Amino acid sequence: MSGPSEPFGGLEPTTGLRSEERSVASTLGRLRNIFRGQSAALFVVLVVLAVFFSALRPDAFPKIANVMNMATNASILIVLAVGSTFVILTGGIDLSINGVLVFSGVIAAMSMAAVGGDNPGVLLVGLVCGVGAGMVWGGMNGFLVAKARIPALIVTLGTMGMSLGLALLFTRGVDISDVPDSLVLTVGSGRMGGIPILVIITAVVFIIGTLVLRFTRFGRYTYAVGSSPEACRRVSIDVTAHLIKVYMLAGMLSGLAGYLSLARFATTTLSGHLTDNLQVIAGVVIGGTSLFGGSGGMMGTLIGVIIPVMLLDGFVVLGLPPFWQQIAVGAVLIGAVYFDQLRRELRSR
Amino acid sequence: MSDTPLIDARGIVRHFGHVQALQGADFSVGRGEIVGLVGDNGAGKSTLIRILSGTDRPDDGAIFVNGQEVHFGGPQDARAVGIETVYQDLALAPDLDAAANVFLGRELLKPGLLGRLGVLDNSRMVQQTGEAMVRLGVTIRPSAEVFTLSGGQRQSAAVARAAMWATSAILMDEPTANLGVKQTKGVLDLIRRVRDAGTAVVIISHNLPQILEITDRIVILRLGRSVGQVAASAACVDDLIRAMMSGVLRRQAT
Repeated sequence: MSGPSEPFGGLEPTTGLRSEERSVASTLGRLRNIFRGQSAALFVVLVVLAVFFSALRPDAFPKIANVMNMATNASILIVLAVGSTFVILTGGIDLSINGVLVFSGVIAAMSMAAVGGDNPGVLLVGLVCGVGAGMVWGGMNGFLVAKARIPALIVTLGTMGMSLGLALLFTRGVDISDVPDSLVLTVGSGRMGGIPILVIITAVVFIIGTLVLRFTRFGRYTYAVGSSPEACRRVSIDVTAHLIKVYMLAGMLSGLAGYLSLARFATTTLSGHLTDNLQVIAGVVIGGTSLFGGSGGMMGTLIGVIIPVMLLDGFVVLGLPPFWQQIAVGAVLIGAVYFDQLRRELRSR
Repeated sequence: MSDTPLIDARGIVRHFGHVQALQGADFSVGRGEIVGLVGDNGAGKSTLIRILSGTDRPDDGAIFVNGQEVHFGGPQDARAVGIETVYQDLALAPDLDAAANVFLGRELLKPGLLGRLGVLDNSRMVQQTGEAMVRLGVTIRPSAEVFTLSGGQRQSAAVARAAMWATSAILMDEPTANLGVKQTKGVLDLIRRVRDAGTAVVIISHNLPQILEITDRIVILRLGRSVGQVAASAACVDDLIRAMMSGVLRRQAT
């Protein structure tokens, strides 16, 4: 008789939010928080790995030199992964990043050789040409995906082959090692306050990428386009233009990565980046960004890229065959995607 | 309504190839009025709504908003004169929170340099969304992602979004499809509150008892023409079905 359930549509204005629904919503919310906690969980995995390797080899693993080595190894991948996070958040994929990286490195090297000399102006020319070349490829990817509506997987598989092929054509298949010394000595292997400049540049790129994704309209539209392109079109968001911009951003970052690779290795490394695209996509996905688009973030990407790098380093330090890293990363990747699918099934209920 | 109707569409014609979707349909809605648009499948209801919302253009006929003739080149033009549309699929981005959806495409930016860099003013958007939700009696947290909401809550969020921006009219296509009885009641109450706030509401529905319950006036379309209108209080389901099928309605004063 004194039941607390009030008649629906009484004086209290409410909209279909009954208590049972509220509890369903909050259960879903809790589950979602657990799953969203993926990047927190990943961070725990990272810490556990670090502690594990440090405990087994306290003399080698937790040393500054080794940490800096890992950071350097991760840096170029992270620059690529910042771009790929944007692309994957829109529900797309960019397989061309390693081809564009090599192509941009070649263009940067050739343009610097063409100008000649070794001064900051020459380095700037190389940077602008490399990043510009990447932007052109990215723009092409974006146009073909968003305007011509060709699946991103195919477009970027095609441009990966084209960019790599063109890089080989331009160099006749021989690496260009004519790279200004100052580039190699500063950006490539220089340090500032003990930290490799490569790592500092990567940190700046990562922080800017994170801020843009989280706090700007560009970032908001990236999530929105990946979540529901139709909802965006209905409110007159130019989905095509946004996608082109996102692929251009990924291309620009691939160009920058090509320039950084040139600086680090003092050569164009034509055949040195064959699996970068797969490593980067694996890192982004392990980091919790959904291949279906709409959800994920930069923090997860950072950890998702670092875990495989740390595994490899740890296995080497322990004297284990480093091939174990590929096996472990492959398993983690499959697990991460399965996790994401479970999450999507839960919410579609 | 004695004065000029808020939206007045006259002689709207639209054909797709040989299919005559609309053959001179007339339709009007006044401020603070809920008008139902009924008709058999293919009568042209959805086409008319699409034209009024700016997503489709008529081949002939004229649309007046507040007595001024308008030509919608796209949905943004309809929104510019205060006409919002709630689509059957709701058009919400499930991964974004309610506030982000409410402000989707109309984001508020921070003042000054940050704003020029495209930095969002999230706290202001959340606050304004919260205020609108309270005003409309919708109990949804602005920070709740849409995929965590129930069907009724999502519908309410979509209606609230439209209500927040609609300065003149809201067009709704099957606003209670796929909802349970209780959720439907909640959404209908919300629609009444929107009407009471002075907004014109146009509803398409196949649910005739519901149309009779919620609307003030009903316009019947048949084969692309408006064949009559009736005050909801003076009609019954059989009247509507007869009019939809035969085009003959026993005339009522409206």
